[in-house]
Amino acid sequence: MSRIEKMFAGLQEKGRSGLACYFTAGDPSYAQCLELLQQLGKNGADLIELGLPFSDPVADGPVIQAAHLRARAAGQTVARTLALVAALRESDTSTPVVLMGYLNPLMQYGIEEFMRAAAQAGVDGLLLVDLPFEHVAMVAVPAQAEGIRLIRMTAPTSDDSRLDVLLAQAEGFVYHVALTGTTGAAQGVFSAIATDLVRVRRHTGLPLAVGFGIRTPAQAAELAANAELVVVGSALVETFATQGMAAALQQVRDLHAAVCAAAQVVEPL
Amino acid sequence: MDASTKTYVGEGPDSAGMFGRFGGAYMPETLMPALYELQRVFAQASADPLFWEEYHRILADYVGRPSPLTLAENLTAELGGARIWLKREDLNHTGAHKINNCTGQILLARRMGKRRVIAETGAGQHGVATATMCALFRMECVIYMGAEDMARQAPNVARMHMLGAEVRAVHSGTATLKDAMNEALRDWITNVDTTYYLLGTGAGPHPYPRLVRDFQRIIGIEAREQILRKAGRLPTALVACVGGGSNAIGLFHPFLADAGVRCFGVEAGGLGIASGQHAASLEAGRPGVLHGNLTYLLQDEDGQVSNAYSVSAGLDYPGVGPEHALLHESGRVRYVAISDAEAIAAYYWVTRREGILPALESAHALAYVRHLAPTMRAEEEIVVCLSGRGDKDMDSVLKYQEEQA
Repeated sequence: MSRIEKMFAGLQEKGRSGLACYFTAGDPSYAQCLELLQQLGKNGADLIELGLPFSDPVADGPVIQAAHLRARAAGQTVARTLALVAALRESDTSTPVVLMGYLNPLMQYGIEEFMRAAAQAGVDGLLLVDLPFEHVAMVAVPAQAEGIRLIRMTAPTSDDSRLDVLLAQAEGFVYHVALTGTTGAAQGVFSAIATDLVRVRRHTGLPLAVGFGIRTPAQAAELAANAELVVVGSALVETFATQGMAAALQQVRDLHAAVCAAAQVVEPL
Repeated sequence: MDASTKTYVGEGPDSAGMFGRFGGAYMPETLMPALYELQRVFAQASADPLFWEEYHRILADYVGRPSPLTLAENLTAELGGARIWLKREDLNHTGAHKINNCTGQILLARRMGKRRVIAETGAGQHGVATATMCALFRMECVIYMGAEDMARQAPNVARMHMLGAEVRAVHSGTATLKDAMNEALRDWITNVDTTYYLLGTGAGPHPYPRLVRDFQRIIGIEAREQILRKAGRLPTALVACVGGGSNAIGLFHPFLADAGVRCFGVEAGGLGIASGQHAASLEAGRPGVLHGNLTYLLQDEDGQVSNAYSVSAGLDYPGVGPEHALLHESGRVRYVAISDAEAIAAYYWVTRREGILPALESAHALAYVRHLAPTMRAEEEIVVCLSGRGDKDMDSVLKYQEEQA
């Protein structure tokens, strides 16, 4: 069983949803990022989502754009991100790591070569924001060969016929984008999310993650009632950038507590 | 010849939006349904004679088409080779070829029931054309423009404001066209239900490269008919500048099946290819994915997209339309680079010799003609796309001259 499957099995045993924490690899530097990542598992992150910096992150809002810029200015590359994961694995062998990014840097690295190196580094999954199912085969096949879960993304705009095709080959879990917008977008209430997640669930038996625009413990708790995994990114990246590591870890603990206290996910019919 | 070695002459894209291995729709899931909706509406419109009737009526009565094909007698005499014909897109309403595409797309936006239109702009010509059509069709208009470009193209910013558009300055990245496109895409991701994205060049995700080409083909269709009437034969060469490549694909496409017509796409060589300060994606880039399509890109080893550079804001883009990528690889079109200095010299040259102020973008094509025409015979014809007027560039040109002095 892979780390991702083990994590979901563990959560189910405990009867709660999980917390995924997003940070951008190499932000603000390789060393500072590694120091933070080493503390995440101990402080309540059930899964680590690690952003691959890119020059043109069209699905990201201002906070994560700035993080990408800082990381790139500090010399972060695809190879250094894989090295970062390998270094994390020296102390944390259990928290799943999912890389999140855009297609081009992987293409230039060489997709098959990347999957081999990522598996060796201890990467568990991969989320590519600009890879719709129409083009998925070029990445899915090499990922599968190395046991890397290629996480499929769904959006509020995906209709049922798309969900059917999109989720037919899904693995690991399904990442549902909570809003029509970029990462970190401000949105007070997730009114349609429960209905949307029920709709997605009709097309897959996999656990659901929900992310984009989730900032507060209250929001995390609300969504934990509807999804197996709640992803927080921009809010954490912002705290880390402006208030440092201790504050970011405190926020992780607060989010974790909120997710644990939330009502359990209702099993699909 | 089998399909893999046959020269590509404009048959694409396939139903997935691929031009050979280029093109496609590499976009976040949130936008994919909107791209399918656009494909569907475009396919319906394309098959509807009334749609094209309205498109042609607006081009004739509002834009002022057909644009003339002017024999540049002074340029021809000076270079002493082939006869040089200028396809006068500068005489269109709003002063460039961009309005052809905006005319077609605003009709699609109306068919889709959208009331809000967004667009990116580099030199500001596409922004002005979009704002113009939005005024005419009473739609809300938001234009994304790099802060650097806003400084270079202040008159066009003022025109957009005058037309009632909101111009949003983009400060991220190099604050030029690429970054404006990123911001326009972010707006579209956020407002996809209400908003039409009026993309200005033959790049972006499927179906944009296809529909922009089909709305710009009018350039080549007219030029073909005009040269046959005026010269009694097809041209031996076509020359057009290439940033994203919409005026070039518009001119070339109706001639691609004519094997005797050589096509030259002129990229911005900036300070020279060796300097790394240029926008010559085909000459110096390699395939990758940006803004939803697989094409030639300026990028570093790590797949980070590089910052393009050109004195001309409209060519300052690190990618190129996917159909150009295929035309480059299949050898049907030859792509060359022209430096800032040569383009500026051509700007003055054409202004003084013909009394026509060309856009700095078009000046790149005209600069290449100075190399090409003398190698050809007097019984041959060259058609150059004079894609826009150069009034907007006077400040840039004067500033360039001051810096060189």
